Amino acid sequence: MYTQALNTSDADDRHIEDAGRAAAFQARIDAEERIEPNDWMPAAYRKTLTRQISQHAHSEIVGMLPEGNWITRAPSLRRKAALLAKVQDECGHGLYLYAAAETLGASREELVDLMLAGKAKYSSIFNYPTLTWADIGVIGWLVDGAAIMNQIPLCRCSYGPYARAMIRVCKEESFHQRQGYEIMLTLARGSEEQKAMAQDALDRWWWPVLMMFGPPDQASQHSDTSTMWKIKRFSNDELRQKFVDATVPQAQYLGLTIPDPGMKQNADGHWEYSAIDWDEFKQVLAGNGPCNRDRLAARRKAHDDGAWVREAAQAYAEKRKHRQVAQAAE
Amino acid sequence: MAVASISVSETPLVLYTLRLADDALILGHRLSEWCGHAPILEEDMALANMGLDLLGQARELYSYAAKVEAKGNDEDKLAYLRDVRQYRNLLLLEQPNGDFAQTMARQFFYSAFADLYWRAMMKSGDATLAAVAAKSEKESAYHLRHSSEWMVRLGDGTAESHARAQAAIDHLWAFTGEMFCTDAGERGLVDAGISVDPASLRSQWLRTVADVVGEATLDLPSSGWMQQGGRDGRHSEHLGHLLSELQSMQRTFPGAVW
Amino acid sequence: MATPNTPLWEVFIRSRNGLAHKHVGSLHAFDATMAVQAARDLYTRRGEGLSIWVVPSSAITASDPSDKGMMFEPAESKIYRHPTFYDVPDEVGHM
Repeated sequence: MYTQALNTSDADDRHIEDAGRAAAFQARIDAEERIEPNDWMPAAYRKTLTRQISQHAHSEIVGMLPEGNWITRAPSLRRKAALLAKVQDECGHGLYLYAAAETLGASREELVDLMLAGKAKYSSIFNYPTLTWADIGVIGWLVDGAAIMNQIPLCRCSYGPYARAMIRVCKEESFHQRQGYEIMLTLARGSEEQKAMAQDALDRWWWPVLMMFGPPDQASQHSDTSTMWKIKRFSNDELRQKFVDATVPQAQYLGLTIPDPGMKQNADGHWEYSAIDWDEFKQVLAGNGPCNRDRLAARRKAHDDGAWVREAAQAYAEKRKHRQVAQAAE
Repeated sequence: MAVASISVSETPLVLYTLRLADDALILGHRLSEWCGHAPILEEDMALANMGLDLLGQARELYSYAAKVEAKGNDEDKLAYLRDVRQYRNLLLLEQPNGDFAQTMARQFFYSAFADLYWRAMMKSGDATLAAVAAKSEKESAYHLRHSSEWMVRLGDGTAESHARAQAAIDHLWAFTGEMFCTDAGERGLVDAGISVDPASLRSQWLRTVADVVGEATLDLPSSGWMQQGGRDGRHSEHLGHLLSELQSMQRTFPGAVW
Repeated sequence: MATPNTPLWEVFIRSRNGLAHKHVGSLHAFDATMAVQAARDLYTRRGEGLSIWVVPSSAITASDPSDKGMMFEPAESKIYRHPTFYDVPDEVGHM
C-alpha cells in the first residue's frame, strides 16, 4: 500500500534484544495492548514502524501532486473547492503521520530529507500522471478506495500513535472516495466523449491500483514480523481481493469495463483477476515510473524554494526570544 | 472548438457583485496554485484554507449576481465563460504568486482592505450582500492576522527575507490604490445604502498597513502613482493566462456537465 | 545539508465549552503564535474546536512507563475509595 516497499524485515535485529523484555513485549501485543511512545519496544519494531509510518506520510505528501495538477483546471467551482479541500486533507494526513513517526524518535526533517534524497519510498501509484479530469475521479474512487481498505485495519495497529492517526485519517477520508465516485458517475451519465474519458482513465489506473497492495503474499518477506507485531492484520493478497470484490459492482454500476478480459467470478463469489505485471511495479519502485523524477523534483523545489522562509521564521523567533529576555531584565 | 463567452447584462448591482466575486475567485485561484508547493507543510494547510474561504465567497457572490441578472446564468457560467475583458477583479489579485513574500504581501494588502470593507458591508441594505459580508468579514480578519504575522517574520527575519519582503511591497504597492476607487454606477449603490464607499476606508487601511509594515522593519513606498483598470476589464497580461487555465475544461467541452 | 529541526508543539483542543482541552496531536512551528495558527489550520478544519492550547513538546515532563507498577498499582487496592464498596439497602434509594 502506501508503504508497499516495506517488504524487507528487520527480524534479525531482534536477537540483539533482551529476551525477557522481548517476551513481555510480545505478550502485551498478543493481549491486544497498545504500545505507547515511552514504552520499551524492540529496536526492530521501532525501525519497522518508523519506516512504515514515514513512507505512509511521504505518500500523502507526494500524493498531493498528481491531484494538485488539476486544482487550477477543475471544471466547476464546486469541483474546484472539493478538490482543493481533498488535496489539503492529504497534506493534513501527511502531517498527522509525520507526527506519529516522530513519537518513535526520528525528526520530521530527517525523514523528509531521506525522501528528498531518494532514499525513502512512497507509494508507487503517485508516479503515474493525471492526464484528464477523469483521472481525478478514478483517483478518488480507486486510489482512495484502496487506501481506505488498507487503513481501516491500521486503526487497530499495535502502536498507539499510528492507530490514532489512522482513525483520524479514515474519518476524514470518507468524503474522498465519495467525491471521486461522484465525478465518475457524472462522466458515466454524460456525453460519449465523457464516457470514453472515464473508461480511458479506468484502463490506465486499474493495474497500478492493484499493485498498491504490494507484492503477492508468496513474494512478501516482511509480513511475518509485521503480523506478529499486529502492525499488519491482513495480507496483501487478502486486501487486494477484498478491494477487487468491492470494486467490480461499482464499475458495473458506472457502466465501465474493468480492463481485464480474463476476470471471472468464482463459485465463492470472489472476482478472480489476471496476473499482475510485477515487473512494472518493480520498475516504478526503482524510480522508473512515468513521473518519479517529476514528483521528486517538485518536492525538492518546494523544499529548496522554501528554505529562506523557514530561515526567516527561525531568525524572527530567536530575535523575539532575545527581546523578551532583555525586556524581562529591564 | 471554442465556446463563445456569455453576455452579461451588467446593471450596476450585477456589475458590482461580479467585481467582488471576481476578486475572491482570482485570489482564491492564485492561492490554490500553492497547493503541494508551500515552503512549510503547515503553511500549505494555511494557504489552502484561505483559498477555500475565498472560493466560497466567490460562489455565493456569483450565484447572487446570476440571480439578480435573471438571464439564466449561474456561478459556473459567470466564472468559466467570461473572457478577460469581462473580468472585473482588482489588478492586485491577479498578480502572480511570485515568491512567498509576494504572495503574503498581496494577501496582506488585500485582507487589510477586505476586513474593513466586509465589516462596513454588514450594514448593507441588500440582505444577501450583508449576509455574505458577515461571513466574509470573519474570514478576512483571519487572513489579515495570518498574513500580518508573516509580513513581520519576513521583514524582521533574515537579510534575505527582509529584501524579498521589501521587494514585494515595492512591486505591489502601485496596485493598492485601485481598491479605493469607485465609478458612477457604484456611487449610485453607495447612495442607495447597498454598498459602501471604499475611499472612506482608506485612512484606516493605511494605519493598519503602516503599523504592520513598521513592526516588520519595512518601508512603504512614497510613490503615489497607482495602476488602475481591473474594475473596467483592463487587466495585466497575467490574467489571460490564469483564465485560460481556469476555463480550459469549459472551453474545450462545450456545454458538458462535470 | 541536513534540514534544521523546527520546534515541535503538542496541540490541545477544546471541542466545545464545558469540555476539557484534549490532546489531538503535534505540529511544527518556529514560535508560539504561528503554532496556534498552524493548529487552527491543521486540527480544526471540520469545526472540531473552540479553543486551542499549544505547548512546546520539550516542556512536557512524563512519568516513566517502567515505573508503572509503583506509580499506579498501589491505587488499585484502595477499593474503599469507590462508592460500590459500601452496602446501602435498596429501600434507602439512590445515594
